[in-house]
Amino acid sequence: MMDWQALAISLKLATFTCLTLLPIGLLIAYLLARSQFVGRGLCEALITLPLVLPPTVLGYFLLVSMDQNSFLGSSFVSLTGQNLAFSFVGLWLASLIYSLPFAVQPMLRSLEQIAPELREMAWCSGLSKWKTFLKIELPLAWPGIITAMVLTFSHTLGEFGVVLMIGGNIAGETRTLSIAIYDSVLAFEHEQAQMMSLTLLAIALVTITVVYTFNRRHGHLLRL
Amino acid sequence: MVIYYGYEMLEVLLTDSRQPQLNVDFTCAPGELLALVGPSGAGKSTALRCIAGLHTASQGVIRSNQIDWFNSTNKVSLTPQQRRVGFVFQSYALFPHLTVAENIQLASADNTDATMTDTLLSKVRLHGLGQRYPHQLSGGQQQRVALARALARNPEVLLLDEPFSAVDKVTRRKLYLELNSLRRELEMPIILVTHDLDEAAMLADTMVVIHHGTTLQQGEPDQLLHHPNTADIAKLVDVRNLFTGQLLQQDGRYCLAWHDFILDLDELTNFEDQQVISWTIPPSKVILHQRVRPSRGEHENPISGTITEMLTLRGITTVLIAVSDMDDVIIQMDVSEHVAVRNALQTGQTITVSLIATAIHIMPG
Repeated sequence: MMDWQALAISLKLATFTCLTLLPIGLLIAYLLARSQFVGRGLCEALITLPLVLPPTVLGYFLLVSMDQNSFLGSSFVSLTGQNLAFSFVGLWLASLIYSLPFAVQPMLRSLEQIAPELREMAWCSGLSKWKTFLKIELPLAWPGIITAMVLTFSHTLGEFGVVLMIGGNIAGETRTLSIAIYDSVLAFEHEQAQMMSLTLLAIALVTITVVYTFNRRHGHLLRL
Repeated sequence: MVIYYGYEMLEVLLTDSRQPQLNVDFTCAPGELLALVGPSGAGKSTALRCIAGLHTASQGVIRSNQIDWFNSTNKVSLTPQQRRVGFVFQSYALFPHLTVAENIQLASADNTDATMTDTLLSKVRLHGLGQRYPHQLSGGQQQRVALARALARNPEVLLLDEPFSAVDKVTRRKLYLELNSLRRELEMPIILVTHDLDEAAMLADTMVVIHHGTTLQQGEPDQLLHHPNTADIAKLVDVRNLFTGQLLQQDGRYCLAWHDFILDLDELTNFEDQQVISWTIPPSKVILHQRVRPSRGEHENPISGTITEMLTLRGITTVLIAVSDMDDVIIQMDVSEHVAVRNALQTGQTITVSLIATAIHIMPG
């Protein structure tokens, strides 16, 4: 039997994370691609860190930072009267951190690929920096942005370690599909585990295929 | 309909002791095509980028239409958007995701004017290609789009950065002719950056030689190529027949001691007796003594030598002559192909030429 509730939580979490990381990731990628500042290397390293850190380690630090005694945790309690840890909001915040490299890296690469002359030409054509971003950089970085969104979505959908550490396993609140699969296996409900695993596999396959097809179709636009 | 404004002189005076170093000083009149020439890395493109506002020198003035675009004293520095320049980049920098027409419209102040786009496209002979994308065009067509886009903004100054370097030779020749006829309709100052001296000499009204970020001489191409101010400039503009010698004063006139020869010279001022100088004579002004029919000027500075090489290109035969009794002294002479044929010139043959006094150019150092 498919755990539809878990699937809904997973999709909601992935969608929220995607939509939040679109502007945040784009802003970070733009700043990294277009400005030189001291500590740029450290910034890039911090953003990439969740990619290499064991999810349990990341989850542990996030859990500690969301604790009621921490600044973040206590602020959230005083604002909403609820705990941040083991809540959907906490899960969502954690997803933003662990999916950040998946959003930033493709956007950063595609922004870096845009020849500097194109921006300079836009300025010489009278376009402000903002209009240059909207009319030149954004359309050219589009494949990277799509890739970033698809990767963020898929990665958030499938994350297990951090979700378990932060969200626990509360049905209807923090139990995602990957947690439900784990539960099913522990309960020897292999048929259920198989069905849910196949669902995640199908979603992952479809999204990655979409990315590759899209990039092949639009890749030529990046070449001068 | 393209309306051009009244144009005035573009004045550029820039210094920068940081890298890349700059010490640039030139002016360009409305309708004038000025070529900035010099070897790669000489600072030509940097100077152009300064005019466009893409690079800022530490000191100086850039003035267009009597308005300061840049003035380090008054701390004025307009943004590239505020300066009305038309820029053609070496890579053309066409926006790859926009059609030809959209590329042009983006640069025009009035984005909605479709007739202006059509007019510009016809001007650069691309009529009917407005809906194509840049990657669907040939190199020459892309260059034309870049030029049309540069003109779309009614620029006060047109800047061309090596616009011919990315196309093949045949296309390049075609584009030279097109630019040459197009520029007659243009009234703004035009600055062409190129490392190709022939290209500069062919297209430009004025040439400015730049080296290590410093402008060395500004003048008409003929003046600059045949009368460079110094031996260094002579080397930069690749003059042939560059030699050193010593001036001697005889009977109130200067003559030139060069190896065992004493050559007559035209009137000279600002030089001293015994001064060591560099001198040059254009290969086209080395006069061949015809065997059949003696010509005027044969008694003027005659030099004999043996032909070591002959090369004919587009009707001009270049003859290298090893001067008799001198080691490694080669004089280059350019004659019409028919002159070479009529005189039956061939390698190994001994001939006599005249280095006529009026064609000898003397430079200090």
